[in-house]
Amino acid sequence: MTPVVVTGMGVAAPNGLGAADYWAATLGGKSGIGRITRFDPSGYPTQLAGEIPGFEAAEHLPGRLLPQTDRVTRLSLAAADWALADAGVDPESFDPLDMGVVTASHAGGFEFGQGELQKLWAKGSQFVSAYQSFAWFYAVNSGQISIRHGMKGPSGVVVSDQAGGLDALAQARRLVRKGTPLIVCGAVDASVCPWGWVAQLAGGRMSGSDEPTRAYLPFDRDARGYVPGEGGAILIMESASAARARGAKVYGEISGYGATFDPPPGSGRGSTLRTAVRIALDDANAAPGDVDAVFADGAGVPELDRAEAEAISEVFGSGGVPVTVPKAMTGRLYSGAAPLDVACALLAMQAGTIPPTVHIDPCPEYDLDLVLHQARPATVRTVLVLARGHGGFNSAMVVRAGR
Amino acid sequence: MTDQRFTLADLKRILLQAAGADEATGLDDDILDTTFDLLGYESLALLETGGCIEREYGISLDDDTLTDALTPRDLIDTVNERLAAARVA
Repeated sequence: MTPVVVTGMGVAAPNGLGAADYWAATLGGKSGIGRITRFDPSGYPTQLAGEIPGFEAAEHLPGRLLPQTDRVTRLSLAAADWALADAGVDPESFDPLDMGVVTASHAGGFEFGQGELQKLWAKGSQFVSAYQSFAWFYAVNSGQISIRHGMKGPSGVVVSDQAGGLDALAQARRLVRKGTPLIVCGAVDASVCPWGWVAQLAGGRMSGSDEPTRAYLPFDRDARGYVPGEGGAILIMESASAARARGAKVYGEISGYGATFDPPPGSGRGSTLRTAVRIALDDANAAPGDVDAVFADGAGVPELDRAEAEAISEVFGSGGVPVTVPKAMTGRLYSGAAPLDVACALLAMQAGTIPPTVHIDPCPEYDLDLVLHQARPATVRTVLVLARGHGGFNSAMVVRAGR
Repeated sequence: MTDQRFTLADLKRILLQAAGADEATGLDDDILDTTFDLLGYESLALLETGGCIEREYGISLDDDTLTDALTPRDLIDTVNERLAAARVA
């Protein structure tokens, strides 16, 4: 089957805006988690988030787009611009039907929706913006990216919480294999606003800690829930032959993917994450011993951490593979998390180093070789990225270094 | 409110608020007789602009007023007709 490769990336993360800043921060163990600044969080039971500082939309986007876009779309559009520039792609030189867009979304444009609901409640329906018809919508990032760059090929959006970030990349790979030369894909989520916050609180798994270095502790003995963040990554995916034909640099290949759905709670049947990993490895024609690092989902919730640690140990053996959770420095970005992990894995391959999982005192019950405290030099050619979504979604992806 | 006239300056201010400025065309040139379509304002931008005018001036515009072929001059005239009608009423 046609190899599908990544030729560009655009990153917007709480600890770095742009791939270079993000990578430097991640290698250095710099966290982007802190007390919420975008609204006054003092009345809420959780007050920490991974916020992206210093993103001024007007510096990145035309004025016509500002009244009709939520923060999540502005970040997505900027990240898509950076990814296209990084890939050396000028969309105007492509046939519009040869380019598509697939993103994942967890919540859509929540902050925009909050503003319109406030107007509806306080002033009446005639004060609700016409743009509310799409600005909140899950598919808005795919839509706005495709309109901005004239991309009229197959496009869409997937919604499967945090697993959606990998599901979008997998859908992009399918579309390239079916013949569309270039797909802009990935995800950015951003709903750090009061309405978004209470929606996230309703899930019941957020950390109540107000210590930025002790709030989100995947695989730690004191794991107490997760800290949400905003951001993600947009990638450019092309068939290897198309990338070669235009002389593009290649970060790596999306070589395997598997997805499963967990049985309902109380069924007595355990997590099916391990099956997703096996499917992804088989799809990549890779043995567990070929994998140089696992970028874990790292829920930071004890029972979920345990299930993931067991799945990894069952496939790779006790301490059989280096495991890292760089998202401990960003918080959980929902759909944005896994594309950011894939970007991080590709950068790790380039640099020959596995980024660290910061602030962790690992739970001794888990047989994991966690990369703690600081980056670990290593030959990184094949990486497994895991993502789980609320309600039972499991996705696994194998990424290989460019040849 | 009933004495005021709706001017090009008012329209530009509301367009900027409702739909933003297009760097390519700008709103500084003489735009009175160029259609909104050519100025880069699509149907939804016009709908939002019309909604802002209705709210601020307490009038209502017919849906079929806000077409792509509309020019700023047409829209200003229509708004002023509605304002005049409101004064008489």
